[in-house]
Amino acid sequence: MIILGVVGVIRLVGVSKVFPNGEVALDNVSLTIDEGDIFGIVGKSGAGKSTMLKLIGLLTQPTQGDVEIFGENTCAIKNSKANAIKKNIGTVFQGYNLLMQRSVARNIAFPLELTKTDKKAARARCVELAELVGLADKLGAYPASLSGGQKQRVAIARALATSPKILLCDEPTSALDSFTAKEILRLIKDINAKLGMTIVIITHDIHVVRAVCNKTVVLDGGRVVEVGETGDVLDNPKNPATKMLLDFQI
Amino acid sequence: MAYLWEVFMDFRGVIWEGTLTTLYMTFATVGLAYAIGLPLGVLLVCLGKGGLFPNKTVHGVLSFVVNTGRSIPFLILMVALMGFARFIVGTGIGATAALVPLVIAAAPFISRMVETALNEVDAGIVDAAKSMGATNFQIIRKVMLPESVPSLIRGFSITTIMIMNFSAMTGAIAAGGLGDMAIRYGHMSRNTHVIIIIVIVIVIIVTLIQLLFNFLAAKIDKRLA
Ligand SMILES: Nc1ncnc2c1ncn2[C@@H]1O[C@H](COP(=O)(O)OP(=O)(O)O)[C@@H](O)[C@H]1O
Ligand SMILES: [Mg+2]
Repeated sequence: MIILGVVGVIRLVGVSKVFPNGEVALDNVSLTIDEGDIFGIVGKSGAGKSTMLKLIGLLTQPTQGDVEIFGENTCAIKNSKANAIKKNIGTVFQGYNLLMQRSVARNIAFPLELTKTDKKAARARCVELAELVGLADKLGAYPASLSGGQKQRVAIARALATSPKILLCDEPTSALDSFTAKEILRLIKDINAKLGMTIVIITHDIHVVRAVCNKTVVLDGGRVVEVGETGDVLDNPKNPATKMLLDFQI
Repeated sequence: MAYLWEVFMDFRGVIWEGTLTTLYMTFATVGLAYAIGLPLGVLLVCLGKGGLFPNKTVHGVLSFVVNTGRSIPFLILMVALMGFARFIVGTGIGATAALVPLVIAAAPFISRMVETALNEVDAGIVDAAKSMGATNFQIIRKVMLPESVPSLIRGFSITTIMIMNFSAMTGAIAAGGLGDMAIRYGHMSRNTHVIIIIVIVIVIIVTLIQLLFNFLAAKIDKRLA
């Protein structure tokens, strides 16, 4: 198969994911995400969004097709190689997934500990990141004492620790109130502008893509039903699934 | 009451010696049994469903061994293992011989305690570590174990007290601890007061252990604000 066009930072080529129980989570999906994009993946619950993010984050393998990251086919590569690529991908989760027995500082430094970064350098990086996300005064605090928005800031700082080129966000704002959600989205936009990172955001919320994403893909039943510039997709919905998402937005 | 004190003063040498032996048996057992039970508990979690390296067969075998170990009554295990203890430590009686059945009884129990503590760790945190490219060893050492330390400490306290109780039973093979003293100087000499005093000493030790570890666990637990 020959695919014309720019080689993206992330490329899915004819990707399918079928679970052992026969559930088809993704069905022949092809998609290119370019450097510097803030790319939105929308779709209702069960559409295959999380599965797609797991494929990009090398947390699972497709049953068919190829996932390419930085032009490298990630299927059938060795664990050590996959771990090296993962260092270039930061992930932010809906549930924050912070280490509860570690302070904010040690949470942010965690990925650096995994790469055995020198302690002094890690400490400096940690302070720098805490400043970036606006938590410079919370370095010694424990996650349990933070608000949802603050926890997500820690998670973002942690995801940025190894200076990855890609940031993946799985429903980064759906556990937050709308005001805090906006602040987090602004931070994500800032990071994209300041660091030129490629960002992928999964959401079921049209507001989120409208607020930050330059490109959007709409998934439905594991298939791509619409993809393009966010404005085009949302203002001229061609597919019933997109129309439904727009109709049901709050 | 005053009489009890008199008996205590009469027997204080014996009781002191019994206490030291009990503490020796208890903590030596704790140390050795954790050396077996902790890795075993980690393996049970990692090999289990949704674990880091699931393997139904190996998990099933380990689980069976652990359950078998746990279901044999200690008294029977102790008597049954006297010969084995003689083979391992050169004698079938005494405090050191008692370590053999104590460790074998405690290790499976500990592995289940550890398993429960590790299973409390949020799967999302492990996923996050995986997404950062952590190796399985790093996930165990830097995520699963540290995140469950408060629960591990609480389990440690329960285990220590249980082992102390079991160690009292080793009085039946003349192991020399407080249980042995209660049999020799209390039961055999028909001196109820000695038994009462020994019970009081044991209650004090258990209470101290429990207070200390509960305090430590609460101090270390950062999961609640
Ligand atoms: N581990 C799994 N085993 C079986 N089916 C799964 C598994 N994970 C997800 N699925 C199924 O795949 C489909 C897509 O799931 P997911 O990617 O989580 O959707 P979304 O994130 O859009 O809600 C759903 O029908 C879901 O039930
Ligand atoms: Mg999902």
